[in-house]
Order: sequence, then C-alpha cells, then structure tokens
Amino acid sequence: MSVPVRTLFFAAYRDHFGVSELDVELAAGATVADLVSELRGRGAPFDVLPAEPAVAVNHHYAFLDEPLGAGDEVAFIPPVAGG
Amino acid sequence: MTRSDLSQAELHRYARHIALPEVGLEGQARLKAGKVLCVGAGGLGSPLSLYLAAAGVGTLGIVDFDTVDTSNLQRQILHGTEDVGRSKLDSAADRLRSVNPHVEVIRHEVRLSAQNACDILSGYDVVVDGTDNFPTRYLVNDACVLLGKPNVYGSVFRWEGQVSVFGTKGGPCYRCLFREPPPPGLVPNCAEGGVLGVLPGIIGSMQAMETIKLLLGQGNSLAGRLLIFDALEMTWREVGLRRNPNCPVCGDTPTQTGLIDYELFCGIRGDDDAREVDGAAPIGRMTAAALAETMSGGHAPFLLDVREPWEWAVSNLAGHGARLIPLAELEARIGEVPRGRPIVVYCRSGQRSLNAARRLAVAGFGPISNLEGGILSWAQDVEPGLPVV
Repeated sequence: MSVPVRTLFFAAYRDHFGVSELDVELAAGATVADLVSELRGRGAPFDVLPAEPAVAVNHHYAFLDEPLGAGDEVAFIPPVAGG
Repeated sequence: MTRSDLSQAELHRYARHIALPEVGLEGQARLKAGKVLCVGAGGLGSPLSLYLAAAGVGTLGIVDFDTVDTSNLQRQILHGTEDVGRSKLDSAADRLRSVNPHVEVIRHEVRLSAQNACDILSGYDVVVDGTDNFPTRYLVNDACVLLGKPNVYGSVFRWEGQVSVFGTKGGPCYRCLFREPPPPGLVPNCAEGGVLGVLPGIIGSMQAMETIKLLLGQGNSLAGRLLIFDALEMTWREVGLRRNPNCPVCGDTPTQTGLIDYELFCGIRGDDDAREVDGAAPIGRMTAAALAETMSGGHAPFLLDVREPWEWAVSNLAGHGARLIPLAELEARIGEVPRGRPIVVYCRSGQRSLNAARRLAVAGFGPISNLEGGILSWAQDVEPGLPVV
C-alpha cells in the first residue's frame, strides 16, 4: 500500500523548483523525513532542500519523525529574509 | 497607571484609542510607558515605526546604519524624495517627530552584531524584526530568547510575506521553525528578487498590530502561529507552530547559551575574497579596465553573468560574449560552463559573482576571476552611458 501525499511549495521554493504543487507516492509508514529524502534524492533542483526544512502537515508544523497518511497536505515553508 | 499620565494634548490625540474598551486610559498609558525596538528602518520598519509612533508608543528605538537611496522609496514610506542621501535614522527621526512629538525616538546608528545586540535590546520591552538578511534574523532571535524579550517577526519576498511572534514564554522561536539557514543563493534578497512595495506595508502593519497587542496585553497574539501571505492569490495561510524541545536556543537543554558568529553560521563571508577553498583554484580579482584590455587582446575568457534576468534585460555584456546563468540556477546549469578555459564572473557589484566564483572553484573549474565592482564598475570605467540599475 502506498501513501499519496500532496506537497506545496511557496516563495523561493516555488521559484526554484518551478512548481507550486507536487503529488508524491510514499511507502506505507513513511515519515516527513522520508518525504524530504525522496525529494532531495531527485537531484537538482530539489537537492537544495535543507535536510531539516520547515514543514507543515495539514497546517501544523511537523518534526521529521511525524508519520504521513494518505491525502496529507505537506507545505514546505521557505525561509524568507527580505524586509 | 492613571489618567494623569496623559496630558490634555495626548488625551485629545489618542481619543479614538481611549474610546476602545480594550485600550481605555490605562491601555493608552501602557503604550506611553512601552519601549519598542525596531530593527531596520526599511520596508517593514517604515509602516511599523510610523504606526507605533502614531499610536503613542512612548519610546521607539531604531537600529539602522544605511542611507536613503532612490530605489528604497517605492516601499520605504518613512523616507521622502528629499531624504535621498541622508542617513535613514536622521530621516526617520524627523518624520516620526512630525507624526507624534510625544514619542521619544532613540537612534542606534550601528550594524547590530553579536557584540552589541544584548546591550541594545536589553533596554526594550518588545523587539520588532524588520531586517533584510538571515544573519541578523538569527541574531535578533537568539538575543531575544536569551534576554526573554518577545520578537515580533515579519519578512517579505516578491509577493509573499510571513509574520509571527517568537520568543514569548514557552513559545517557539525562529530557530524552532528554521533550524538551519538556507543554502546561499536559494533565497534572493529584495534587491535581486524584487518586492512589490505594498507588501512590506501589509506585513509591517501586522507587526505593528501584534506589538501594540503585546504592550496592551489584549487579544490572541501570533505566538505559536505563523501567517503566510500570498498577495497574488490574496490568501492567508495559518500554520500552527510548536516549540522544538531540541531547539539549540530555546529547547529543554539549550546547547547554545550565548551569541555566535552569524555570518559564519549562514555561510556568508565578505572579507576574504581571495580565500582559497580546500584545494580549489584561488579566485582572482579583475578590474573592469583589465577585463577590457584582456578582451581587446583577443584572449576572451568565458564571461558569466550571474544576475537575475530582469537585470540582464536592462543591460549586459552579451556583445562581449557574456552568458546569463542566475546565481540560484548555477548548480542546476553548471554543465553549461566550459571547463579548462579562463572564466570571469560578474554581477551588479561583485558580491553574488564572488559567491558563484567560489562555487565554481570548489567544483573544479578554473582559472576563475571575479569582476571587481561588477557591471557598475564596467559602466563607470569602460562603457560610460551603459544603463545600470
């Protein structure tokens, strides 16, 4: 059984990756860490994603060990410095 | 606090506040007793300091060391056309005094650093982060956590913004959210990436509102919540935040109990251009005049422009064979850079190109030179009349 999740990218991530949304299939029992390494493993341009990015699962900040379920929305929150 | 804390002139000025049950005489006196530090008098600092001054926050400190430039005026509404060339603090102090003479403006004309941050911040009740770079954001966060001061955070990028409140008791901090700084080049600053002028107006006003609520002790603060604003879609997304028990600064067992070298932490160094990187080719410095001479001698290097496409569109050295690969795309497009041929990298002023040159050196390219002063120097010394921004 695979776990489909919907990933969202904002600001610099969206500009850098060229997409604002991506559907990703993960293995059952996958965590946020597995999603991050799956994306980083795709190589450029996704390899600029930090190993511990800021991530919100279903609108709540999630640590790397948080398990993901089918249909979860995973938003990658980009660091933004402008002022 | 009693009514006697406010003069007749102040009672008249703040009548619309005092009419609010959540403010009243006591709340307005609290604002008058409040001491707020604005870090930065730029895009966010403009609406922030204007509204805080207008609202009657009694003591307003401002940290900035920059001067007003014409390109600031599309968003930094604290400053006017006649202020171009003045120090931002002089300009800000005059404007804020005109908005509200009852407010004391304290000027900190310094670059905030690990050496001076705690001294400066310790005199204030609330710190508002309106800076424009990652090292200072981490510095402001860490100093606020160490001193126990709330940090009203806002930041902007092109059409998007973020706002939250960090550093409150038991609440998350900026480091809980962003554990590590982004790799250099991923996030362009406002000068490179652009920003729609109204955006810092919106985010900075949200910061002013949160600051006033903190001083009044009213409402639900944004502590523990991050708002992400998208102006093109006109949507706000709310993300619930959590303190990270393993946070090096505010976690259960902090591993960092003082301030650190934030430029180093963020992978930014400005004072060691020619530094050699572990076995990589050293990076040469080339002046615009020397580049012109090299090219007229028929020894054309590979000329690499790492600016943004909009900057390239204004003017470029394509006539001299230059190729555009924006800094953020360099890793992905590194195959387009020839090996075994001299490379000269340029940008606007020489900073981004130095970053690119270092990355190329580490990747085994060479010999590499950085055009000192960038296309600005080229326009000044070699090709007068070339339009540059």
